[in-house]
Amino acid sequence: MSDSLSQVFAAMADPTRRDLVARLTDGDATVGQLAAPYRVSVQAISKHLKVLEQAGLVSRCAEGHRSPVHLEAEVFDLMTKWIERYRQRAEARYRRLDAVLAEMDDDEEAGHRPTREEETA
Amino acid sequence: MNNTMTTATIEVDPTVPIIRVTRDFVATAAQLFRAHTDPELFARWVGPDGMMTTLDRWDASTGGSWRYVAARDGMEFGFHGCFHEVLPDRIVQTFTWEGDPDGVALETLIFEDLGDGRGRMRSQSLCDSFEGRDAWLRSGMEVGVDQGYAKLDALLAAGEIVESAEGAEA
Repeated sequence: MSDSLSQVFAAMADPTRRDLVARLTDGDATVGQLAAPYRVSVQAISKHLKVLEQAGLVSRCAEGHRSPVHLEAEVFDLMTKWIERYRQRAEARYRRLDAVLAEMDDDEEAGHRPTREEETA
Repeated sequence: MNNTMTTATIEVDPTVPIIRVTRDFVATAAQLFRAHTDPELFARWVGPDGMMTTLDRWDASTGGSWRYVAARDGMEFGFHGCFHEVLPDRIVQTFTWEGDPDGVALETLIFEDLGDGRGRMRSQSLCDSFEGRDAWLRSGMEVGVDQGYAKLDALLAAGEIVESAEGAEA
C-alpha cells in the first residue's frame, strides 16, 4: 500500500485519464465506448486505462475491448482519507494558533479591535 | 466577506510533491508573522494536541535555524530546520522530522492582510520526493478522528485535485 498514493497521483496527473475517470463515475464502460468521444486511437485509450489499472483506480475482468472497465472508488476513498486527515491536523494546529492570536489581540491591539463581548470568567 | 477560508483548505498537487494549505485568521499579517517567529508564542500552538513542545534552538531570522521537540508519555519527536528567509510577509524554511533524518521539505509561508483585521496564511511544503510527501499525508492515519467518507466525497476530492493540477500547469 506504501506507494499506491503516488501511483494514484501520477495516474491522475494526465487530463485524458482524469476525464476517463470522471466518465466512469457514471458507470462501467467498455474501452470502445470510452474511446468513442476522443480523436485518439482505441490503443491510446487502452494505454491510459492500463496506467489507471496499475494504480488500482480501475479494474477489468479481461483485456478485451468488450470487457467493461470498472472504477474502483475505494482507492479514491483512501486518498481522500489521507488528505482529509492531513487537513484535520493542519486545522487543529490553526485552531491553536487562533487561540494564541486572540490573546495577542488583547495584548497589543487595544483600541483597534472591537471589545470582547464576553467578560472573562 | 465572501471567499474566506474559515477552515483550512488543502491542495495536493499531482505533478510535483507539494502540499498547499490556505487558512484565514482573525489577525493581521503582522500578528501571524509574530506568532511564527516569537518562540514563546510559537511553542504554544505548534502542537500536536496533547503534546508538550519545547524549543531548544530558535533564531527566527534569515540564515538562522530552529529545533523543537514534541513530547508525550515519554515519547519524543524532534524537528529541525533552517530559516532560509524571514521577511514580514513570508518565511521560507527547511523542515526535517528527525525520525526521517534524510528527508527535508522546503516550506514557504505567506502572510497576507485581507483588511478589517483579518489575514490569510498560505503555506506550501515542497517535499523531496513523492514518497516523502505521501508519507507525510499518511502519517495522519495515526492521529485524528476516523470518519467514513462517502464515495461521493472522494470523487469530489478527486475533482479538486484536477483543478489544482490545471492551476499548476497554467
